[in-house]
Amino acid sequence: MEAAMGLMRRMPPKHTETSLSALLSLLPQHSSDLLSQVDQPLQVLCDMEYGKEFILCEYNRDADSYRSPWSNKYHPPLEDGSLPSLELRKLEVEANDIFAIYRDQYYEGGISSVYMWEDDNEGFVGCFLIKKDGSKTGQGRRGYLQEGAWDAIHVIEVGPEEEGTAHYRLTSTVMLSLTTDNESSGTFSLSGSIRRQMNMHLSTEEGHLCNMGRMIEEMESKLRNSLDQVYFGKTKEMVCTLRPPSEVVMRLPDS
Amino acid sequence: MADEEEAELSEKQKKEIAKWFLLNSPPGEIQFVAKDVKAVINDDVLYGEAASEAFPLYNKSHLISIEMPGRIGDVIVTSYGELGETEFIDPRTAQVAVVDHIKQVCTEVRPAQDEELPSAYVEEFRCALDAEILKYVGEAYLKGVCSVYCGNGKDVEGPGFDFELVVVISAARHSPQNFCNGSWRSVWSIEFKDEIQMLELKGKLQVGAHYFEEGNVQLDAKHECKDTTIFQSSEDSAIAISNIIRQHETEYLTSLEASYSNLPDTTFKDLRRKLPVTRTLFPWQNTLQFSLTRDITKELGIGK
Repeated sequence: MEAAMGLMRRMPPKHTETSLSALLSLLPQHSSDLLSQVDQPLQVLCDMEYGKEFILCEYNRDADSYRSPWSNKYHPPLEDGSLPSLELRKLEVEANDIFAIYRDQYYEGGISSVYMWEDDNEGFVGCFLIKKDGSKTGQGRRGYLQEGAWDAIHVIEVGPEEEGTAHYRLTSTVMLSLTTDNESSGTFSLSGSIRRQMNMHLSTEEGHLCNMGRMIEEMESKLRNSLDQVYFGKTKEMVCTLRPPSEVVMRLPDS
Repeated sequence: MADEEEAELSEKQKKEIAKWFLLNSPPGEIQFVAKDVKAVINDDVLYGEAASEAFPLYNKSHLISIEMPGRIGDVIVTSYGELGETEFIDPRTAQVAVVDHIKQVCTEVRPAQDEELPSAYVEEFRCALDAEILKYVGEAYLKGVCSVYCGNGKDVEGPGFDFELVVVISAARHSPQNFCNGSWRSVWSIEFKDEIQMLELKGKLQVGAHYFEEGNVQLDAKHECKDTTIFQSSEDSAIAISNIIRQHETEYLTSLEASYSNLPDTTFKDLRRKLPVTRTLFPWQNTLQFSLTRDITKELGIGK
């Protein structure tokens, strides 16, 4: 298992699906561990009743069917598929509506889904998912990307309410890949995945959604920032170490 | 315990999977990947077969450089210098290195035989170009290794026939302690066209980097370019060729830097904006109001 996770840290992120399925076939006895520890690019199905797409993950799966957050029905249909309680479903519906607006403001497109379920210790768990195809044939507004994918998975565990406060534990993963391709500079492709955690104890005065939303927003901005500044920056630093830009000194007067 | 399930995967499939992992190793990381693959495959014989097939391919595609004994320099593992499965020529020293692909070391060297070397006529061009490229690589790369091979027509004895030289440049940097590895690989083929008295250059550049401290981010960039110049004396051709290579590679580095500097405000923005379209943080506290607005937009049919 340790070796398997070691491989996942080294294989190109854009080949995550292939790597994972190879490991699953080699280590069938570890399949549940692998599936829970390795995040993979999100898949989508269409809820025909609402004419809207929804995202698939382990948390809306029952047997081989997936529950749509829009109609609350399983696709393909499944009798006795597990459903959240009525009260939690109400929160889930609201979360889906609001998260869709949030998603539109940050992503200018994309698909989002929120799933909620009761957990064993009197609290509940919410899973917020966003998938964006930013390529020029997809929903890239600016048309710079030959290929561009962003998948965000936020799982937030909410503890039981005590004296008007609750504990929130957020685990977020962002997977992305982007490729630009043009005559003069060839293909330029960056892909990556990072996962981070955040714990907070918050007053529930403004409601769970408000707290969860703020945490996710903060986390997403942090992840985006560290991918952009730190992770991409480190690969650029590497390139410039291999071949230092020679005109650095001569260019200085320009700036 | 899971023997039955494992049996579903044939030995051949297992080997193919092992090879796939090995071949997809980032620059300089195949030894680490090999250790994990060996543990995951859990079958030393099968792993051994996969490794013996994958390592030579990886070494050649990554243009790894290996130090030859006796401090005579590095040999590049490339198909252009491949004489046998484990033998690679170093044209500069006219030595043939015997390479252990899996350990990635040179076990011995022997002098090249006459039939393994180009004719004196071709060698004159090769040698002159090697000197210029060596100078260029020393200036442009922090730790670059280069070699000039004869691709075609090594037995051409004099003017009247075409031949081809291949410039291979490989620069790698491995700093696992900083969670970062990278490599720059260039292959330039230069066709000396005798009849039209022209040189045709084709370059293939490939740059890779991997940063993996609490994450996994990889750069994979490729570029191809072409150019031509006139056929001159060996010295003048060498200078013209290395100038062209310098110019294209410098331009390419500049375009890579431009790709990076375009990221934050253009390219990355198509995935996710830094701030919402409203340019202020999302008003979670007013979400009720939002749902109402949304209902209204829906009713009026002006939503998306």
